[in-house]
Amino acid sequence: MATAAITDPHAAGHGEHAHYTTTGLEHRKIAIWALIGSECMLFASLIATYLVYKGRSKVGPWPHDWGCKTSNVIGKTAEAVQAAGCAAADVMKPILDIPVTSQSTFVLLMSSLAMVLALEGVENAGKAGYDKWYKGSKFWLAMTAIMGATFLGYQSYEFTSFVHEGLTIRTNLFGSSFFTLTGFHGTHVAVGVLWLMTLLFIDLKRGLKGATDVLLVDICALYWHFVDVVWIAIFTLIYLIQ
Amino acid sequence: MATTAAPAPAYAATYPAGEQTGLWSWLATVDHKRIGTLYLWTALAFFVIGGVEAFIMRLQLMQPNGQVVSAEAFNQLFTMHGTTMVFLVIMPLSAAFFNYLIPLQIGARDVAFPRLNAFSYWVYLFGGLFMTIPILFKVAPDGGWFGYAPLTTMQFSGGLNIDFWVLGLQILGVSSLAAAFNFITTVINMRAPGMSLMRMPIFTWMSFVVQFLLILAFPAITVALFFLQFDRFFGTQFYEIAAGADPLLWQHLFWVFGHPEVYILILPAFGLASEILPTFSQKPLFGYNVMVYSGIMIGFLGFGVWAHHMFAVGMGATADTIFSMATMLIGIPTGVKIFNWLATMWGGNLRFTVAMKFAIALVGLFTIGGISGVMHSSAPTDLQQTDTYFIVAHFHYVLFGGSIMGIMGGIYHYFPKMTGRYMSEKLGNWHFWLFFIGMNMTFFPMHFSGMLGMPRRIYTYDVGQGWEQFNLWSSIGVFIQGVGLLIFAYNFLKSRKSGDPAPNDAWGAGTLEWSIPSPPPEYNFAQLPVVTSRYPLWDLKHPERTADLAHSAPDQMTITDSHAVPMHEEAERKSAKDLGIPMPFPTIKPLFAALFMVIMVGGLVFIHAANLQVALAVMIGGAALFIGTVYGWLTSPLE
Repeated sequence: MATAAITDPHAAGHGEHAHYTTTGLEHRKIAIWALIGSECMLFASLIATYLVYKGRSKVGPWPHDWGCKTSNVIGKTAEAVQAAGCAAADVMKPILDIPVTSQSTFVLLMSSLAMVLALEGVENAGKAGYDKWYKGSKFWLAMTAIMGATFLGYQSYEFTSFVHEGLTIRTNLFGSSFFTLTGFHGTHVAVGVLWLMTLLFIDLKRGLKGATDVLLVDICALYWHFVDVVWIAIFTLIYLIQ
Repeated sequence: MATTAAPAPAYAATYPAGEQTGLWSWLATVDHKRIGTLYLWTALAFFVIGGVEAFIMRLQLMQPNGQVVSAEAFNQLFTMHGTTMVFLVIMPLSAAFFNYLIPLQIGARDVAFPRLNAFSYWVYLFGGLFMTIPILFKVAPDGGWFGYAPLTTMQFSGGLNIDFWVLGLQILGVSSLAAAFNFITTVINMRAPGMSLMRMPIFTWMSFVVQFLLILAFPAITVALFFLQFDRFFGTQFYEIAAGADPLLWQHLFWVFGHPEVYILILPAFGLASEILPTFSQKPLFGYNVMVYSGIMIGFLGFGVWAHHMFAVGMGATADTIFSMATMLIGIPTGVKIFNWLATMWGGNLRFTVAMKFAIALVGLFTIGGISGVMHSSAPTDLQQTDTYFIVAHFHYVLFGGSIMGIMGGIYHYFPKMTGRYMSEKLGNWHFWLFFIGMNMTFFPMHFSGMLGMPRRIYTYDVGQGWEQFNLWSSIGVFIQGVGLLIFAYNFLKSRKSGDPAPNDAWGAGTLEWSIPSPPPEYNFAQLPVVTSRYPLWDLKHPERTADLAHSAPDQMTITDSHAVPMHEEAERKSAKDLGIPMPFPTIKPLFAALFMVIMVGGLVFIHAANLQVALAVMIGGAALFIGTVYGWLTSPLE
């Protein structure tokens, strides 16, 4: 019936009243897990709406099929659409470009690796072997932020080209639900990049080091990995499954 | 009383010296007790507003062909009555108790994130005002508290009314979510040594369940509201039926939130009743474990019954059957609670204080509402009852008879703890009986008018349909409740100054919050008590009551916190500075962060009210100030 209580060793001298915790974990670590739980429901609702609306749009462009600007003909190839009576000038190509998005997906997944190495850098800051630039948190925080920004760059390119191909958030249900879902994800990535840049700024200014700073990077890492995992779900359900 | 405080650390000079007073101390407070008090006052003010809205509606419906308000005004009244009572009254009244009681019941100095807690309150206040003030300009929301799209899209609701509703709810969602993350962390991580999960007071347990419902249910309505917001402001097609949209999308997303919301509203009141009934029965809560499990079960099943709000939309036999059965199932854990409360009172040495009367009323009245709830869990029956006054009767028995009665009991019960003075029992009795009689007179006849076919939300009705006398009774009932509310307001205001002084343990209760002075000092507990059972204070003062409960001897526990001492009562009131307890600094930043966030979100209204440039200017200005304030907040030390 014993309840083990662990006092944070770093709190010594800061008044244990404030820092005694039941689980021994820091408050922020628990809160970020609660936030992630809540975010799961947010993205579940967005993804569910996308899937419910899949195939319900009245007009093109379509995610995976060829379409026609003047009629509702749908086909697996441009020829099939033309054979069904669509003029060559009116043919709409499928919107989703899986090869391009695969590249950005790869970049985002790799950013999670960089995040792990950044956290390792902070955990081992000051230890032998971690003073090399390619082992330190500054490099890997910067890399994570750059890869996140690269993903956002891809997304901007993707959104722009979709608009040029005739798909806006107002065009059809596919456009509304696609841009909203991926836009929400992109916003989460953008928040993460800002967060990473803030950490990098602190790191450059005074150096991230010690248990408190590990926690600071750790909660950002949890958020970042979560945003990545959500993208895996989105990429699979929205892009890969036709 | 055990003494010896740790020597004050060197930087103790920077602590706030003693209790602060004055307006600034309230605006800049991060103390959970003051924030709880702010929630209480604000929610009671909104309760008066929501009550006046109901009063006007009942005036209109008292006679056939009423002429008091127009149809448009009536739409705004029922929408704002529902929205106010759900989001601005019952949820924040519950939040008042979460704030005030959770840290005290688990033996903590404050919540896990005191400044975030202040932020939650200010967001609630500004969000509530954002939604309520438009009623003065006759542009209050008018699409019902459930805001069904496509009815609320631009095509059918072109005015600013719905804009205020959509954005107001988004703002309030931020408040609820921030508070929920805070309380989850607080309960998981800040319990006194020895207080295992199964030794937590039952109010804390029910609140804990509610926080999980909040974080898991709110995202669904957030998404639904974003879709509506995008449809209204940016021309997306989520609710555009002509474009192929599903007319049920909103209903599903809304009720995925809306049904757990019902338990968000009722479980805190259940928790309060579970504190009051054992105290005034002078014996431990019967079946504590089962009470906890049934609370968790209610929360869990609450996510699987949402479509029983939609039996009339034609989902098909399979869906109707599944949701019917799930709904009937949820009656079981709820019934378990009712029987446990009865068994708690059985054989107890009952004291009929006002708080006890409210708690007993909850048990009875909630049961009436619960039984009519089980009636329309059956889809064929529901088809006869849906959208009639029978439903209005049902959920008012649950929300007024359940939530409000429980919360009122909680106010009478905890007023001595909050103020150090008792509320008048004499006036309280008047309040109770007027509320009890008035509410039954109001809502019981609605069962009949509903069965006779009177639809909800109609602003007037013709003579000769057999509804006249029931509507007259309902309206008279509201007058009686109004008198009760006035007596309560007088009692509440007067007792703060001149009520009988209350000791630490105002009612002879058994949980931690009663072991410290009333009102509690800013630091709550001078020393962390080691908790060895579910009723630590009864262990100390009435060991015979807890003899049958599981105990653990303190020496069997691993206590690494150097300040923990055996269970004791704290009589002395010292300053945090003298005790060397670090206190969070007061700060105005959460208030400004909340204000700027509301400006940022509210700026969207200007797309319809003025033009895009104005809207962008307000939103970007608000966002810049918000982000600046948050950075300032995060870079300033907590304590």
